[in-house]
Amino acid sequence: MPKTYQNPRYPYRRSDDQYAGTAHHPVIIVGAGLVGLTAAVDLASRGVASVVLDDDDTVSFGSRAICFSKRSLEILDRLGLGAKLKEKGVTWHTGKVFFRDRMIYDFDLLPEGGHCWPAFINLQQYYAEEWLVERAESSGLVDLRWKNRVVGVEPADGGAAVAIDTPDGPYRLTCDYLLAADGAHSSVRKALGLSFSGQVFLDRFLIADVVMQADFPSERWFWFDPPFHRGQSALLHRQPDNVWRIDLQLSSRCDPEEEKRPERVIPRLRAMLGEEIDFELEWVSVYTFQCRRLERFRHGPVIFLGDSAHLVSPFGARGGNGGLQDADNLCWKLAAVLKGEAPDRLLDSYDAERIPAAEENILNSTRSTDFITPKNDVSRLFRDATLELAERHPFARALVNSGRLSQPAILTGSPLISDEGPGHAEAIPPGAPCPDVPLVRGEETRWLLHLVTGGFFGLHYKGPEDPANSRRELARLAEAEPDLPVMTILSEGSDPADGSDSWVDAEGLFAKLYGARPGSFLLVRPDQHVAAHWPLLSSAAVTDAIRKSLSLE
Amino acid sequence: MTSNLLDEPNIVAPDDFYAALMDLHRDLGLEESAKVNAKLVLLLANHIGDMAVLREAIAAARSGS
Repeated sequence: MPKTYQNPRYPYRRSDDQYAGTAHHPVIIVGAGLVGLTAAVDLASRGVASVVLDDDDTVSFGSRAICFSKRSLEILDRLGLGAKLKEKGVTWHTGKVFFRDRMIYDFDLLPEGGHCWPAFINLQQYYAEEWLVERAESSGLVDLRWKNRVVGVEPADGGAAVAIDTPDGPYRLTCDYLLAADGAHSSVRKALGLSFSGQVFLDRFLIADVVMQADFPSERWFWFDPPFHRGQSALLHRQPDNVWRIDLQLSSRCDPEEEKRPERVIPRLRAMLGEEIDFELEWVSVYTFQCRRLERFRHGPVIFLGDSAHLVSPFGARGGNGGLQDADNLCWKLAAVLKGEAPDRLLDSYDAERIPAAEENILNSTRSTDFITPKNDVSRLFRDATLELAERHPFARALVNSGRLSQPAILTGSPLISDEGPGHAEAIPPGAPCPDVPLVRGEETRWLLHLVTGGFFGLHYKGPEDPANSRRELARLAEAEPDLPVMTILSEGSDPADGSDSWVDAEGLFAKLYGARPGSFLLVRPDQHVAAHWPLLSSAAVTDAIRKSLSLE
Repeated sequence: MTSNLLDEPNIVAPDDFYAALMDLHRDLGLEESAKVNAKLVLLLANHIGDMAVLREAIAAARSGS
């Protein structure tokens, strides 16, 4: 049915491993979807090869996860896709909330300037996957095997053995680490017999992608109880190619197959869009949703990422964006382990850091669902009271929950992260992802996140008068950690006249967003999260923090 | 446990408050009253703001005594 996009078909190729009947690879990834491909490309960017097995031969069918958050754009930019995503995607940061027949308020997700990436772009999932396939293939380190269906997984020699079915019959692979990114119906999860517990919601939603020439702005519009769909909710979002995503809540008693038929869908959309707008159906799906997760994401050599590990409701765009953060969190650790720079137990921290993040996503999406689809008379009464107040009383807008949009996880409490910050309230807490800020050197302006990419980084914030011991400690650090790049960031208005390799915080945003004061020093992890933040540099403390970040102590 | 929720009289003219509350609901059916009460709870809760106080009030309201 899609008219604006033709799914590419990737050829199945018989691999040499099939002739041999079996082979060993350090890393096998199951699932060439958004998360599995991101993991493969991330590992390749760190010099780690992988074999990717997928039971299909194409990218996502239908637009699926369409909202890419700022953090996801930062992650995908590190993999070389940022500019492409931004150019094709629809940038938006304004949301409008309607109740019954009128708008009650609007909000701006990115009210201040100084950002390389927008709060969100909307882009059909298949574009991101198609471009990731291109990156994977051009890396030379990703062995993509289409039409390779995983039919069994079992422990083998400290790693895992995978039974695979192909058009040419079965074969078997072994690996040191198996990344299961094979989605909500994960075959790896089933093969290991793992329980996937949580809450199943009875509400059904109709997703319709329609193609139309319309002058709705690039904003997120959410309706509670609209005149065109009484008693239910509706969401309108713009995608590239003049495609619009429409979500309509359906009664929990409806028949999903019946609701998907164009004869049922078109009158509903006609009521919403008006008689005068011409539209064509691009893709229709009816979904129910679930909030559930695996108890642990790591099972020895098998590690689960994305929907195979956790499922959330779609409100808040926390599925795809959460999965990308899983890959971002895991891949630098796995690369460090495979290169012998860190012990295997570093991978346990993936559970410690990503389970709380999944819980936060589940909590938020459950609360959104409860607000959007009240489960009893009193919850509906309070919901409507909140919406009625929101038009005139700003406080009530904070209570309106049409989806709490995905925010990057702050890894507080992680065993890898120093629990002590510099001790003043403005300071960015250890565990937070680095906010992007513009930095200037001469005529050149660069974004911080483009400069601190790849491995660990030290950030040294220098004022006009640096604390006396800074120079001495920097020299010590250079001796103790010769592989650690240290970037000096000069305070606003400073003149880098000494010709050193330093950048100027020309807009003062580094000082503001990091809570940096002259002499401050931050250690940044390879996934661009703050590992530690000190008011004053101590070379010995940096060494300890790097060791802690790699589970070396 | 230290209590954050005021238990001793705090309204200067309690009868005036009570009469205003009854006036608010005059002529309303049960369903309308329920909606107005919900709004009142939300407005007052925001004014209080302190989550510890709100949690104690929520617990006290349900305690049945």
